[in-house]
Amino acid sequence: MNDYLNQVARQFSSIAPDADFWTLRLTNETRESISVRQGVMQPVYNQLARGALLTVVSGDGCGYAATSDLSPGGLKKAVRKASDWALQSSDLGLLKANDYPRPESKAWYETPVEQHWDALPLNDKVALLQDANKALKINDSIVDWQAYLGYRCDDILFISSAGAHIEQRLHYINPGLVAVANKGSLTQYRTGGGSQSGRQGGLEQLSLLDFPQAAAPLAEQAVALLSADECPQGTMDVVLAPSQMILQIHESIGHPLELDRILGDERNYAGTSFVTQDMFGHYRYGSDLLNVTFDPGRTEQLASYAYDDEGTLAQREYIIRNGILERPLGGASSQARTGMAGVANARQADWFRPPIDRMANLNVEPGNASVEDMISKVEHGVYMETNRSWSIDDSRNKFQFGCELGRVIENGELKGLVRNPNYRGISATFWRSLVSVGDEGSFRVQGVTNCGKGEPNQAIYVGHASPTCHFSNVDVFGGAA
Amino acid sequence: MQDYFYSLGDALFKKLEGNEQLLLGFTGEDSDFVRLNHNKIRQAGNVAQRTLSLDLIEGKRHAEASVDLAGDNEQDLRQLVETLKILRQQRVLLPEDPYLNFPTDINHSEYHHDNEVIYSHEAVEQVVKAAAGMDLAGILANGTQYSGFANSMGQRNWHSSANFNFDWSCYHAKDKAVKSSYAGFDWQQEKLAAKVETIKHQLAMISRPSKTIDPGSYRAYLAPSAVNEIINLMSWGGFGLKSHRTKTTPLIQMLEQGRTLASSISLSENHARGLAPIFSSDGFIKPDQVQLINSGAYQDCLVSSRSAMEYDSVTNAESEYPGALDLAAGELPGEEILKELDTGLYINNLWYLNFSDRNACQLTGMTRFACFWVENGEIQAPVDVMRFDDSVYDLLGTNLLGLTEDRELILDSSSYGQRSNRSIELPGVLVKELRLTL
Repeated sequence: MNDYLNQVARQFSSIAPDADFWTLRLTNETRESISVRQGVMQPVYNQLARGALLTVVSGDGCGYAATSDLSPGGLKKAVRKASDWALQSSDLGLLKANDYPRPESKAWYETPVEQHWDALPLNDKVALLQDANKALKINDSIVDWQAYLGYRCDDILFISSAGAHIEQRLHYINPGLVAVANKGSLTQYRTGGGSQSGRQGGLEQLSLLDFPQAAAPLAEQAVALLSADECPQGTMDVVLAPSQMILQIHESIGHPLELDRILGDERNYAGTSFVTQDMFGHYRYGSDLLNVTFDPGRTEQLASYAYDDEGTLAQREYIIRNGILERPLGGASSQARTGMAGVANARQADWFRPPIDRMANLNVEPGNASVEDMISKVEHGVYMETNRSWSIDDSRNKFQFGCELGRVIENGELKGLVRNPNYRGISATFWRSLVSVGDEGSFRVQGVTNCGKGEPNQAIYVGHASPTCHFSNVDVFGGAA
Repeated sequence: MQDYFYSLGDALFKKLEGNEQLLLGFTGEDSDFVRLNHNKIRQAGNVAQRTLSLDLIEGKRHAEASVDLAGDNEQDLRQLVETLKILRQQRVLLPEDPYLNFPTDINHSEYHHDNEVIYSHEAVEQVVKAAAGMDLAGILANGTQYSGFANSMGQRNWHSSANFNFDWSCYHAKDKAVKSSYAGFDWQQEKLAAKVETIKHQLAMISRPSKTIDPGSYRAYLAPSAVNEIINLMSWGGFGLKSHRTKTTPLIQMLEQGRTLASSISLSENHARGLAPIFSSDGFIKPDQVQLINSGAYQDCLVSSRSAMEYDSVTNAESEYPGALDLAAGELPGEEILKELDTGLYINNLWYLNFSDRNACQLTGMTRFACFWVENGEIQAPVDVMRFDDSVYDLLGTNLLGLTEDRELILDSSSYGQRSNRSIELPGVLVKELRLTL
């Protein structure tokens, strides 16, 4: 795997702290981003992020130090700083010695890749983006348009004083297409082709994300939305495509079930949760049709991995089964603090941030309905695609979401486009109005690349997969126009 | 740190070939972060990070990179020379960039505010002691932030600032809490103690039985922190030249229909405040001020170097997202707020705003932390969280009753990627109606 990181790890063994326990997470992250906007090549951007996070446990105390100086001298400084904070928090700390996991596993994992990023030369990638730009610019109503491609490779080496040695190499592909149409003071957007989502893997993922083949249809939809009616207002059924379901899952299942939020760690920033520890095992979160899994093993998803950043083996678990809440999204530390079973989701977004509970891959499992059957059972409603607006309270209960595109459903048939589709609801009851879950035919793997949380702040990739879903009695409305 | 950056730059400039030009940007920090929950340390540590950005140019072709530095000259130089090779290989494969724009005149600058503010361990001990018996959650960030620029034509710029930002809240129960912050350059135990006492007073009010408000329109006072959330959302594409020319600004009705806000609304980007560097990452020197909205009418945009070239304008900002906003004060005295509000909502904080209709600058979001129901100028009860959905043209336009004469300077506590150096100074606002929906 990464020879340099292994060399640093070997050097560290001679200067490791004399503490009850320590972990060292070494990261070498490379990125390449290319973009063509309005037919003009934007600057190619390359990134090398490299550093170490050292965590020291001493008695009940724990401290960390992050440094990009991986020389023995730099790591010695990190040992001193982390040890100082471990000492300081031994009296003032919230956690006790037994709360800190002490992993000892040895493992190796790499994202399966069929076609590596480098298999396509840079000038061919630029040509691909230029062609996509031409496909996006269908007429003068398109006032802004963009196609982009990004690649990221994370080499991570995690070692501990208990003997852990876990190496992981994760490959990510981040394509995207944007079409903006305008007429006077009315502007409409369509995004797709993996926009704001991406996957793990290689270039073989592009076609699975409709990149770049979605370019012309997206532009046509953006233009069509300019002359579409406003979304109707009222209480009605909604059918949500996977491109909206990912945000619905993210905000109103994922975040409220994060155990560190339930424990209050996030109260000053990302917020708390309407879910409490006593609800697990019996609380009806949704209808019988709702099955939600934590699934780190779906290799093409954004947050697939073998071990989390506390060194815990990652395994698929049911979070909600047949509508009943089963287990929280809490890593080993949070599990120790509560005595609850959780999942391996302690993750750090960057080499310089400590691990906290994150969603990782959180998916709604497919049901039995085809989209056609689902639509046919809707008397009056709106079909919605692609999230564009999200807002939810700090307990993750009262939400409002907006989508890029809607279609009216009347008497079991899809009708014309509507613009500015919005809906609002309350998490605690919304999922109980789930009346139909799409089958494998509508199941899509997507994700979120900017999930923000934590103090200090961390923006991280999380994966979500879902089929199309049908909800009844939802408060739907359009824009202000 | 400054000497290291400049010496690394000098070494790299010697590696240039032919007619190459090289722009170097430097960002770094040496910060302690102490996270607190239940008035105890949840996570504590130190972050030392240094990143060099490179833009290697020849003619109109260029490629960019950023590299985390180790701080060891030999090791870093070896890595950076490899990076230059990669950029050269990429550059020849790329078309010319018609919007490449960098300064060719030389403008040096230097700003230092490097004295350590307070030893972080000591600050944490003071916090825990002052808040004994309280359910405090929050984050203390304390340390020095660095920014630099150097180019192969000889320009050198440096900005370093030692400062602290303690962002915190105290909880009564469930989601009932009071938010506070203490940020600056001169930590004083007495100031911290005074803030804790203020919180205790507000906690007493928030411990009263809460009131659930029905959806509808209510007279409301929005404190500066709440107004900041509205301005923040307007900043998502609201003030950049690129977003204006591509019709993606949420203020599009100001452009296309001549809509205005109230004449008391004047908003500017005040680079002269000095909390962020006066130079951009590509070496341009920012003007002291850019007037974005003047007496309710849209005036100027923030212009990045690329937009300046594309639209034949002048660079006046680092990016087209504001970082030092200044909303003009009004005439409402602080002691008159409750009396002028009379009956309605006193909103200290808003949360998680987004657009429900971007074209109409229609926003939605939640109330959060200490928000109160007021009757006849007296606080009656804390209110349960509510969703609002309203237009900026109403909140800061037709329904605006006044702005406070006192303003608050808010230093941004966010730390995605690195600690922010953004800030805003603004008053509170009194509005005739705020529309609550859920």
